[in-house]
Amino acid sequence: MTYDGHFRVWRGDDGGELVDYTVEVNEGEVVLDIIHRLQATQTPDLAVRWNCKAGKCGSCSAEINGHPRLMCMTRMSIFEEADTITVTPMRTFPVIRDLVTDVSYNYEKARQIPAFEPPADLEPGEYRMAQVDVGRSQEFRKCIECFLCQDVCHVIRDHEDNKAAYAGPRFFIRAAELAMHPLDARNDRATFARDQQGVGLCNITKCCTEVCPENITITDNAIIPMKERVVDRHYDPLVWLGNKIRRREH
Amino acid sequence: MTQDLAQGVNARGRAKIGARTLRTDRWWLAPVLTVTGLTLWVIYAVVRASMQSDYFVPAYHYLSPFSSPCLSDSCVAGSSLFGTPFGAWPPLIPFAILTLPFLLLFRLSCYYYRKAYYRSYWQSPPACAVAEPHKKYTGETRAPLILQNAHRYFWYAAVIISLINTWDAVEAFHGKGGGIGFGLGTLIMVVNVVLLWGYTLGCHSCRNITAGRLTHFSRHPIRYGLWQQVSRLNAHHMGFAWATLASLVVTDLYIALVAGGAFSDFRFFN
Repeated sequence: MTYDGHFRVWRGDDGGELVDYTVEVNEGEVVLDIIHRLQATQTPDLAVRWNCKAGKCGSCSAEINGHPRLMCMTRMSIFEEADTITVTPMRTFPVIRDLVTDVSYNYEKARQIPAFEPPADLEPGEYRMAQVDVGRSQEFRKCIECFLCQDVCHVIRDHEDNKAAYAGPRFFIRAAELAMHPLDARNDRATFARDQQGVGLCNITKCCTEVCPENITITDNAIIPMKERVVDRHYDPLVWLGNKIRRREH
Repeated sequence: MTQDLAQGVNARGRAKIGARTLRTDRWWLAPVLTVTGLTLWVIYAVVRASMQSDYFVPAYHYLSPFSSPCLSDSCVAGSSLFGTPFGAWPPLIPFAILTLPFLLLFRLSCYYYRKAYYRSYWQSPPACAVAEPHKKYTGETRAPLILQNAHRYFWYAAVIISLINTWDAVEAFHGKGGGIGFGLGTLIMVVNVVLLWGYTLGCHSCRNITAGRLTHFSRHPIRYGLWQQVSRLNAHHMGFAWATLASLVVTDLYIALVAGGAFSDFRFFN
């Protein structure tokens, strides 16, 4: 079944505009197919970032009818033929051109996280971990770094001034992964999450979880556990007292 | 207070789309339903808790959760399971004034309810990818919202109160002429208590306390087992949050109608 679909696509840089197009739509196609057809038939200069077309590279993030989504994983069959489908770049990051945004903010935040630190008494090759101890963290390794969670997070989406102090959901799952790691020797992950990543700015409205194409339970399994670890470390006098009595460092 | 669209989602360098959102679905429905549901519930709870009447059915020992524990000399005879250490209560003050504030704070600081009221009442944000109307945002880093970090302490209180509610449900297995009995009121109270435990034990803080804060589950198999059960409940925390609001109202309303004489309790046994 083929029909002519109506699309509005952002063209230009930050001063660009939404431009109307009519593009052929075939059965079984996804939004990225339409963008490619548009590029091939009407607008050869349309800029779009893409790679795998399989929801695994995290390149084709955009906003489709206002929803942060991967273009390659958004089936055309979820729309009616009469619908106008609006495709814009992610609205949290500076636009370079058309559908391509500058996501370097995310890489800057990634670089700030202290790397995994193995115990001092273990040499490479001597690490041993039980599956039950690493199971939780493995969920976070599914992240494809599409940055849709970062895009939808209102802390930076609606407040550009928070970007300096806030790392965002993608890097809270990295923080949680390291904090829950059975062999990570650092005991300041919670303090880092509070003071350097701004986890206190998150008000757990779960949009990051809603948009994650890998279905990572970001809020319940990473952000809230990190918030609870921050409470353990900084706000709970009973935990503090218990640690003093047992002479534990944390 | 209103967001300047030249800032926010249209900040410098970003695509200046202008619209607050391009979503075409009914994104406003969820916050409207949340505000309506929570507001109606709070109104009902305030009215019923301050009425000081129709909260106890002496024949079957049905005690409304909005008046439990009843610790005042003003309580109806038989409703004070834990004695009456306090004198007569002034009008409008809930008999459960010692526990209701903790339950309120437990729910106010609950991670699910935080999402619900931040999104609906405070519109921060009203829905995903819909710009919020506020100019400044400091999240939970400053007073008063930094006090959300005390959630686990309200959870401790909620566990104690759930035990009291459980005892109320056990007392509700009371027959009309003494001995054991079972009526529709008993069933409603038991369901209410089961749901309350589902909500209380599925709490995110409980999840952290059982074993969430550990890095080696393998060294703590009992705590890990508890964490797994809590995690199962936690996956339905939103469902339990709303189900308990409903069950509390149903329990109180049923007891109020039976106590007020609107109809008699449907008895399955004695």
